[in-house]
Amino acid sequence: MGVAHKYVFYLGCAIPYRVSSFEVSARKVLDRLGVDLLEMPDFNCCGLPLEPLSHELTLILSARNLAIAEQTGLNILTLCPGCAGTLKKTNRLLKENRALREEINKHLSGAGLEFKGSIDVKHISQALIEDIGLDAIKRAIVRPLKGLRVAKHSGCHLSRPKKYIGFEDPENPKALRILIEATGARCVEYLGETECCGSTIAAIDDKISLSLVREKLLHVKEAGADALITICPACHIMYDANQMRAERMFGEKYGIPVLHYTQLLGLAMGMQPEELGFEELRVNPSKILERIGEVKSRA
Amino acid sequence: MSKDAEFKTSRINPKFRYEVVKVPGGENLLHCFQCGTCTSDCPVARFSEKYRPRLIIRMAQLGLKERVLNSDFLWLCASCFTCTDRCPQGIEVASVIRALKNMAAMEGRIPDVFKVILGNLLKTGYIYEIPESRVRRREALGLPPLPKVNIEGLAKSLQNLDIKRFLEVSAQKSSEAKIWV
Ligand code: SF4
Ligand code: SF4
Repeated sequence: MGVAHKYVFYLGCAIPYRVSSFEVSARKVLDRLGVDLLEMPDFNCCGLPLEPLSHELTLILSARNLAIAEQTGLNILTLCPGCAGTLKKTNRLLKENRALREEINKHLSGAGLEFKGSIDVKHISQALIEDIGLDAIKRAIVRPLKGLRVAKHSGCHLSRPKKYIGFEDPENPKALRILIEATGARCVEYLGETECCGSTIAAIDDKISLSLVREKLLHVKEAGADALITICPACHIMYDANQMRAERMFGEKYGIPVLHYTQLLGLAMGMQPEELGFEELRVNPSKILERIGEVKSRA
Repeated sequence: MSKDAEFKTSRINPKFRYEVVKVPGGENLLHCFQCGTCTSDCPVARFSEKYRPRLIIRMAQLGLKERVLNSDFLWLCASCFTCTDRCPQGIEVASVIRALKNMAAMEGRIPDVFKVILGNLLKTGYIYEIPESRVRRREALGLPPLPKVNIEGLAKSLQNLDIKRFLEVSAQKSSEAKIWV
């Protein structure tokens, strides 16, 4: 038995609202890896979606989450890079700037809360690489996905802005590639890997955001990937749930299954698609499941 | 007076740049030397005729307050932070643009979708109202119930922030605005 890893689990808004497939599969694989998750009580939106209205509002919302999580004495683990980035940035700004910390704490004190700056925040990709470790992940693989070719989309907020995230190189993000390769699958390269999914402006201008989706899916298709792998709920919504909308808008067919990394990892751990929320996916994943079936029967 | 002349004389507000640098995120506005890195690397600019971050920065420097704060293009920034990471002057470009959005919001110039998500936040703690069907689906998938958000506590933490002003100007049709496409 390795060291037990324990975190307070922060869900954010997008995942409970419509991306259960990510949550189900993440909980399964983390459990298999011996990670202990404490459900975070009384959390609210991280504040990122409201930052265009008021930076101060975002600081208060994220500081409230941090203050509540601090009471558990555990570091935060979250599946959403947007939440991770926002909480990390606020954590850092308030730790470094005493006047700002006091100002934000004045707001929180109305509800009996205080930000102390005593914990850290990690996105699942960072926790998998830094805490749980590749060795433990590789040991848990019982069905290596040899022969599978997938493309990765790391997403902007996993690494940007570098100054506040500091875990990845935004110009050449590697974490997701390393994690994919640990499953035995091949991670193929394609044009424009670091391009944005457009989710944050989907409600403002869907032509622009779906143009970004289209471009990405065409490049992934050109690279001959069996699937696109994401590790962010918002990116996943854009490429999976909105793939058909992009197909309609541009009169094209992409047919790219989009999996959460945790679903891919779960398959490699020998779990069944039904356990990993595959039925929640909008783009039919049978193509990739058949390929894995092939791989298995050849093995 | 022709439209152009009107634009030149009445629309320029030389004090505007000093207002921007006082807003959190806008501090480095004056460091921009207009190299164009932000625009050339901006994913939104590639698919938009009107969204150009360098131009927004320049207009703010020059004091074209109305044109910037009243624009719809301001809200097209996807907050991907590519520009922030690549600006050779070390300007957090996306934060300058956010500061400008915050200024527009203070004046009540807000796209409907933000009023909807703020309304949801005050009601539920999330930017969404999580539908009953999703709650049941979570159960069926074996997921734990969502924690109850202490809405009064959240409201107390926000009471000294003048966020009502964002809601007061709320358009009637805002409940129809879509959050995700
Ligand atoms: S990259 Fe920086 S210096 Fe260059 S135009 Fe944009 S904001 Fe100005
Ligand atoms: S943060 Fe906004 S302005 Fe900067 S590159 Fe991304 S979309 Fe363009």
